[in-house]
Amino acid sequence: MKQLKLVFFSIFAFFFVFAMLMLRPFGSPQRTSMDHYIIENSQKEAACNNVVSAVVFDYRGFDTLGESTVLFAAVSGVFLLFRRK
Amino acid sequence: MHAENEKNSKIIEFAALGLMVPIITFGIYVIAHGHLTPGGGFQGGAIMATAFALLFVSLGKKAIESIKGEVLVALECIALIGFIGIAFLGMGNTFFFNFLANSGVLFGEKVPFGPNSGIFSSAGVIPLMNFFVGLEVCCGLTLIFFLIFKGAD
Repeated sequence: MKQLKLVFFSIFAFFFVFAMLMLRPFGSPQRTSMDHYIIENSQKEAACNNVVSAVVFDYRGFDTLGESTVLFAAVSGVFLLFRRK
Repeated sequence: MHAENEKNSKIIEFAALGLMVPIITFGIYVIAHGHLTPGGGFQGGAIMATAFALLFVSLGKKAIESIKGEVLVALECIALIGFIGIAFLGMGNTFFFNFLANSGVLFGEKVPFGPNSGIFSSAGVIPLMNFFVGLEVCCGLTLIFFLIFKGAD
């Protein structure tokens, strides 16, 4: 069992070191077209000064709908757990 | 926990009630300026929920009895329905279309490109959605605290 743990750990460490060596240099991400589109157009299309807000509520509004539905489901679960008969 | 033996000091009760005012004001500020500064509905709602958590911790049974759970449930449902309703109002183009932006009516001013110009009446439906999401998060988290504190005694 101890050898098995060691094998798994070395496989993980190998992939980790491999990924570290493959890292791109800091400040040069691979794909930037979407970032540039949002930074340049969010003030024009969404009229929003806060670009993060424009992404969360306008470009990716569906994601926010999912988040608030998850919160609603969590509250419903707590309500069911703590209900009084 | 024995509710009969509990006796909170006046200092804690008074300090908690005094602290609730700036906490809720800060939460409303974060929600209202969600389209200008960092923050928004989720963050502001969580800040406002901490004020109610402070109220429950410091006042105990008195606070639990003074708040009705049905009101919180109704407000949360209204907020979620309002959020989805605003999303449906943009159905002329797409779901979640920002139909108020650049329209000149409500929150409809144009913003210039560049650094944050700080125009409050901008961003279309984003402030309204921030308001509804903030109300939902505040009521939801307060309801969780309320139910757990109520079930604990």
